[in-house]
Formats: sequence, structure tokens, C-alpha cells
Amino acid sequence: MANLPFVVVGLLFLMGLIAIIAENNLFKIAIGVGVMESAANMFLVVLGYRLKGDIPVKFLPGPVDVYVLPTPQALTLTAIVIALATSALMLSLIVMLYRHYGTLDVREIRRLRG
Amino acid sequence: MSWSVHLPALMLAVPLFGAFSTPIVALGGRRARMIWSVLISSVLLVLSFCLLQYVATEGTAVYVMGGKAWNLTLPSGMAYPVRIILEVDSFNSFIAVIGCFASLAGVLFGLRFLDRFSGKIWYSALYFLLTAGMLGLILTGDLFNFFVFLEIASVSSFGLIAYWRDRPESIEASFKYMLVSQIAAMMVLLAIGFLYGRYNLLNMAAVGKVIQFGLAEKVALVFMITALAMKCGAFPMHMWMPDAYAEAPASVTVLLVVVSQASLVGLCRIVFSVFGSAIVGDVVPWALITLGMMSMFFGVSMAVVQHEVKRLMGYHSVSQVGYMLMAFGVGLLAMGDPRQMADFGMTSMKGGIFHMVNYVTYKGLLFLVAGALYYVTGTRDLDKMGGLAKRMPFTTFMFVIAAAAISGIPPFNGFVSKLLIYESSFAVHPALSVVALVTSILTLASFVKVFQTAFLGPEKKEFSKVKEVPASMVLGMAVLTVVILGLSLFPTWVVSHLVEPAATALVDKGAYIGAVLGGGI
Repeated sequence: MANLPFVVVGLLFLMGLIAIIAENNLFKIAIGVGVMESAANMFLVVLGYRLKGDIPVKFLPGPVDVYVLPTPQALTLTAIVIALATSALMLSLIVMLYRHYGTLDVREIRRLRG
Repeated sequence: MSWSVHLPALMLAVPLFGAFSTPIVALGGRRARMIWSVLISSVLLVLSFCLLQYVATEGTAVYVMGGKAWNLTLPSGMAYPVRIILEVDSFNSFIAVIGCFASLAGVLFGLRFLDRFSGKIWYSALYFLLTAGMLGLILTGDLFNFFVFLEIASVSSFGLIAYWRDRPESIEASFKYMLVSQIAAMMVLLAIGFLYGRYNLLNMAAVGKVIQFGLAEKVALVFMITALAMKCGAFPMHMWMPDAYAEAPASVTVLLVVVSQASLVGLCRIVFSVFGSAIVGDVVPWALITLGMMSMFFGVSMAVVQHEVKRLMGYHSVSQVGYMLMAFGVGLLAMGDPRQMADFGMTSMKGGIFHMVNYVTYKGLLFLVAGALYYVTGTRDLDKMGGLAKRMPFTTFMFVIAAAAISGIPPFNGFVSKLLIYESSFAVHPALSVVALVTSILTLASFVKVFQTAFLGPEKKEFSKVKEVPASMVLGMAVLTVVILGLSLFPTWVVSHLVEPAATALVDKGAYIGAVLGGGI
């Protein structure tokens, strides 16, 4: 059972990737990218947790001998901020694409060929 | 203690300062912004030369961010480094110098090139942010920091590719690039997660010291190679490259070329400095060689049929990246065996590194020439151009130099690096050098076509009033021309003083680890 979170992470990542490849609507593609980003963040969080571990502040948690190292959480925070910036930019690009092409279908947005 | 120990941090601080100060300086008017951006990028170039000099005399430079002292890699008896560390050896300092040259050329060229358009203040800010991301990718010694700089470089390049936001094509190219680089970035993050979960370490040198070649590491390596090959435009995922390069303003394309090489630097760091001799078996080197061969061949065969000058050059970028991937693959193949390493492995590494540097210079120059053609004619279609040689003597001269260099015609620098690659890949299998030679010939053919259609031939009526491009644009192109000529005129000196130390530093995993850890772990 300890590996269950990793299975979920793997499934989420694959779902995001499949959405990016298979979907035709720009917003659904953006959601796929978001799902992939969440999967990667969840991977880091799950990776950093130790079973029955507690926060690494010596005088707070009481008698425990397993502490959770805070580095993965720090990485996740950074990755979330970056993901926020890219999602905002991606949505604004989608708005501009819609204004230029009048459609959200990727099959009709292909002037750059060959 | 002199100030030069802080050079690695200054290399990142100066462009970041430039990025955030440009909008303020721009309040002083157009002239103030222009002078400021040239000043920042010139200071950066001088700093990169100081860093090259420092690394050449003092050995690998290590800089600890946020520590009590700049060289305290293992604070208070810790067994492993916990802080963000920049690590600069002969390899990345050399690439950083070339990157700064390209950045300066792009700034000079962009001064007049974009004069007719609005939004130049944000353009300058993003341009320096992209420079900072590029230098961070090259100089960092920390896995997670590498991811952060990858994203800084990506996000600023999305904005810059979509600079002409009234053109549907630029938005489309930017979106395409965004999808590819977000998938790549998430793969890099997963790979970092795998390595961190295994070793609790994020420092490249520290990971390199303890790495085994187990399942988790193999997965991480596959993710890393796939992601970074996507980012540098290797064959199966190359389609963003011609689009993004063609649609971005020419002054930005120069920097995008360097950023793709910065991803390749990261790939080399992961493969040689982190994994290095831990890689067992021939699968990884052959995968790199195959990727390289396919990129070379398919890239050039797509390029030959193009009619749009910047798309043509974009496809050539795919094929040029193939040369480097093949060279590094051959180097990795020879790595396990000291005799093979001396026989052809080192030659291949030297060829790969030298070709990387040459590629940045001549490809950057070619894109600037394409930008100059677009500036005077208003079109990128080769069929509509003609007879421009008489009107634009400087541009023609520089195009001929760059085209000769990319086609590998003897005295030029492209010939030297290609020869090193042919020699070493022939030792592995003759077919490799045959593919490389055929690619080279096709490259020459397509650039002869560009020269013939755009510069020679009868003068067209609509271009009878065309003049040479403004002085600052010529100056931007001249910066890269001087670098190409410098590398071409003194090949022996360059190879023995710059390229060989770089190749040695890249394959010497022990020295890279020792610089950070000393006797630790």
C-alpha cells in the first residue's frame, strides 16, 4: 500500500500527457499541462514524506524519531510558482490565438507547416 | 581575497539587474534605454572573459549562494552540500563567453531592427531575463536550480517569440514551443525527483559521487535525455524549432540558439559529470548517436526544400544539433576504455564542444543576416528576393563567411570542428561519417541556393531603393563575424587553449566532484 501514491502520480502524469496529445480543444490541452504539473508536484511531496514522520522542529512534535526533511516541500513551492506563471501565460496565448483564428480547435490552427 | 571570486554570481546578477532596471531607465527616453542595454551586455561580456581567465588560472570556480562564505560548500560539518552551488569549469566558462558574445550581438542588432515597433521596453527586459536564464543553465551546479533556470529561460522566450503579437503565426509558434518545453520541464522535474528520492541530494557533484546505475537512475536518465533532447531540437521533437526560430524577431533568435545549446550543456553535465562512468552498456551512447544521425539527416533534407529563409535556417539548426549529439555519443561510447578514449574519444569530445561554439557563432550570424534581409525587403520568401549583393555589401560579405563556416569549407572554423567529428566517428563506424559528410554537402547546396537567389541574379525593380542596413545592425553582425574569423584564423591555438581544457574538464568526473566536495562524503 505504501506505493499507492506513486501509482496515482503515474496515472495523473499519463492522463495529462494523453490529454495534451489527444485533445483538440486548446483549453483541454492547457488543463492537461496543469494536470501534468500537479502530478510532478505531488510526486515531490509524496517522495519527501516518511511514514509516521513529523515536522523537523525539535521541540514541537513530542516524542518522535522520524522527521520529514523540508527540501521537497521547498522544491514543490518553487515548482508551483513557476507553474502558475506558465499557466497564466498559456491562457493569455490561448486568448490571443482565439482572437486571431476565431477557433479553439488545434486542427484549424496550423499555418506553420512544411 | 579579490573580487574575482564573486564572478560566477555576478554573471547571473548583472543580466537580472539589467532585466529589472531597463524599464526604469527607459523612463529617460529611447536613447537612455539603448545605451543602458548595450552597457549591460558589454559589462557581461567583459565579466565572462574575466571568468574564463579566472578558471584558466585558478581551476574550477565554486560559488555557494546564501552561505556564510562564498566557498563554504560543506557548512558546519555537514556530510553533503545543502546550498545552491554554482560550479564553473573550463567547459561552461568557454560556452558562457560565446553566449555573452551572442547576447551582445543580439542587443546591438535589435536596437534599430525593432525601432518601428512598440513594446520595446518589455522586449529589453525579457531579453535580459532570457540571457540570465541561459547563463544560469550553463553555470549552475545544482539539479533543481537547473530546472528553475530552464523555466526562466522558457517563460521569457515564450514572450519574446510572440513579440509580433499581431501576427497569428508568432502566437502559434510560441504556443507550440510552450507545449514542448512544459512537457520537457515536467520530465526534468520528475527525473530530479527520482534522483533526490534515491540519494537525498540535489547537488550535481554530490550525486555524481555516490551514483549507482540502478532502475531509478535509469528512469531519471531516460527522462533527462528525452527532455533535454526535446529542448535542443533533436529529431523526433524538432518541429517547434523552425517555427519558433522563424517567427521570433532575428535579434531574439540569436539568443534562442544559445539557449538550445545551454540545454545541450545541461545534457552533457548530466551524462558526463553526474553519470559519467556509472553508465554501463552501450545503449545510452548509441541512443545519442542515433538521435544525432537522424537529426542531421532529416533536418538537412527538410531544409533543402524550404523557400522561406528563416525556416530554412531553422531546419539547419536541427541538423547541426545532430552533429553535437553524435559527437558526444561517440565520446560516451569510448569512455569506459582508456585506449579508445585516447584513440578517438577525446577527439570526438573536442569536436563536439568546438562545434557547439562554432554553431552558436555562425548560426547566430546567419539569423541576423536573415533579419537584415527581412528589414530591407519586408519579406522572408527567397523567391521574391534577388540581386541584393550590390545594395548590401557588408551583409553579403558576412553572409558568405557564415555560410562558408556552416558548410565546413576549409579555412573556416566549421571545417575544423567537422573534421574532428568525421575523424572520430569514422573510428566507430564509417557509416556515421558518411551521414555527416552527406549532411555537410546538402548544407552547402542549400546555402548556395540562398546566396544565389537572394544576393545574386538580376536586380529586382521593387528593391532598387534598398540601402545597406543601419550601422548598429551591421555592428551586431560584425561582433559575430569577428568571433568566427578569430576562431578560424587561430584554430590550433583555440583547440589547444580553449577546446581541449573544456573537453578534459567535461570527461574528468573526479575533478568536477572534488571541486565541491573536497574530501567529503
